[in-house]
Amino acid sequence: MALLDVQNLGISFGGLRAVDGFNLSIEKGQLYGLIGPNGAGKTTIFNLLTGVYKPNEGIIKLDGTDITGQRTIDINKSGVARTFQNIRLFKDLSVLDNVKVGLHNNHHYNTFEGLFRLPKYFKIEKEMNEKAMELLKVFDLDKEADYLASNLPYGKQRKLEIARALATDPKLLLLDEPAAGMNPNETKELMDTIRFVRDNFEMTILLIEHDMKLVSGICEKLTVLNFGKVLCQGDTTTVLNDPEVIKAYLGE
Amino acid sequence: MKAKMKCNKSTLSSMITIGMVVAAYVIIEILMKAGLVSSMLKGLLVPVCVYVLLAVSLNLTVGILGELSLGHAGFMCVGAFTSAFATKCLAEVIPSKGLCFFIAIVIGAAFAALFGFLIGIPVLRLNGDYLAIVTLAFGEIIKNLMNVIYLGKDSTGFHLSFKDSMSLGMGVDGVMLINGPQGISGTPNVSNFTIAFILIVLSLLIILNLIHSRDGRAIMAIRDNRIAAESVGINITKYKLMAFTISAAIAGVAGVLYSHNLAILQAKDFNYNMSILVLVFVVLGGIGNMRGSIVAAVILTLLPELLRGLSSYRMLIYAIVLIVIMLFNWAPKAIEFRKKHSLKNMLPKKASVKEEQ
Repeated sequence: MALLDVQNLGISFGGLRAVDGFNLSIEKGQLYGLIGPNGAGKTTIFNLLTGVYKPNEGIIKLDGTDITGQRTIDINKSGVARTFQNIRLFKDLSVLDNVKVGLHNNHHYNTFEGLFRLPKYFKIEKEMNEKAMELLKVFDLDKEADYLASNLPYGKQRKLEIARALATDPKLLLLDEPAAGMNPNETKELMDTIRFVRDNFEMTILLIEHDMKLVSGICEKLTVLNFGKVLCQGDTTTVLNDPEVIKAYLGE
Repeated sequence: MKAKMKCNKSTLSSMITIGMVVAAYVIIEILMKAGLVSSMLKGLLVPVCVYVLLAVSLNLTVGILGELSLGHAGFMCVGAFTSAFATKCLAEVIPSKGLCFFIAIVIGAAFAALFGFLIGIPVLRLNGDYLAIVTLAFGEIIKNLMNVIYLGKDSTGFHLSFKDSMSLGMGVDGVMLINGPQGISGTPNVSNFTIAFILIVLSLLIILNLIHSRDGRAIMAIRDNRIAAESVGINITKYKLMAFTISAAIAGVAGVLYSHNLAILQAKDFNYNMSILVLVFVVLGGIGNMRGSIVAAVILTLLPELLRGLSSYRMLIYAIVLIVIMLFNWAPKAIEFRKKHSLKNMLPKKASVKEEQ
């Protein structure tokens, strides 16, 4: 059974049909790409999957359970985490604290224990610190743990966003243009990181990307979106050679 | 536990803040014992503490929660009136003044928290300027509501009216407890510097521990980026309300101190000027910086009183000092100077990267 199963998803904003009849099925452990020209509705689909928008029609199933129309925080608790196209870090918190916010729901002590620093506070905080440092190490951010998130260079901010998303212990990771604004070297490094995350965390990843080198380099399957509709779906090489896709993406 | 604390930079910063307050208390106590404190200054000690409490409480809302509240005087008003009322009612039942005051503090804080919670539900749906204006309105509503309450007690029980004292229809043995615009008079003067100091330390501990806990991180995450916070599963409403309620409760405690330091408590004292004044402390001390709030509250409460000799030029000088401090406080040179001579450098720690509370 597919980890993520989306059927006939659709949403309209006023008269604009942003997404129409969208189907998607991602197997566990797959690295899946969602591509398409600007304004095709890719980020809208992410927003639908994470509950930022409620779909007008369609069903979203995660691991067999229906999560359609749930609140963002509940969808996150069910196991969907995401990053954002325009980086959204907690800029005045330290790098470490950014990840610890991600750990919020999996490491619990109550307000009273926090306010009065009961033993459980120290125990759980220690656990959180260790877990967060472990994650930061994966992304080579452990040396910057004390920095303010806003003081990180751009490429590292992108990585921190992924680390924070992973801290929520998701089943499905959504990456919205992870390579945007990166130079070729950074992109290459990012590709390795994404592969590493998939292999080591046994993660299923759906990513939106414009960088064709990254897409063809790491994605196993692709869905091409144009004007809110699926243009083509299938294996990466097949899709990228499809004349329709080339026409929509690169022009005639 | 000591060793554990040492390795944590944020805890260290909290300890410096609290240590500063303790040191200030000890020094003033010694000076008082030595008879070096003028009676005017002695009279100012509790008001200064009241403003310190208000400043740190508002800083929790403005700096940590990131929402501009202009109605803080309203929560203080609730704390002041409910506690003064409680003291007057309990005075006959409980002989111990200390116990009575303790209960008054709890009641004042609880009612202010309740109001903070109830007002927070609609208000925290808004953002930015809109939220500021609505809190201003709620603050004024509370003040005006307190202004029209007439409450008396006689042998048959309590009488409440929103019109005037005559319409209460009390018996001959009736006593007015809350007399509309004339407020509550004759509250025992039980606030003192030591209790005020203890309350400040407690409030600081609560705020600083909150900031460095799981809940505080969630609150600051919401401040920095609401959408991202939601995406990692943070319940926005819950944490916004939590911060706002705690902030209101501490403002309520400030109100308790205030009301038990005055012979006559009137609602008109809690107008928006008071809220703005506290906001000035917070902005001047640095938004999100508790230590700064304390220093700013102390200096700016004492300054107008110390300038009293200059009579009519007093507020002019106060205003100019305010502008000058504001300009110089955040000048790059001044920030550099502070970093260079920071207390943190004297401790055996690696250079700190970020400004801390």
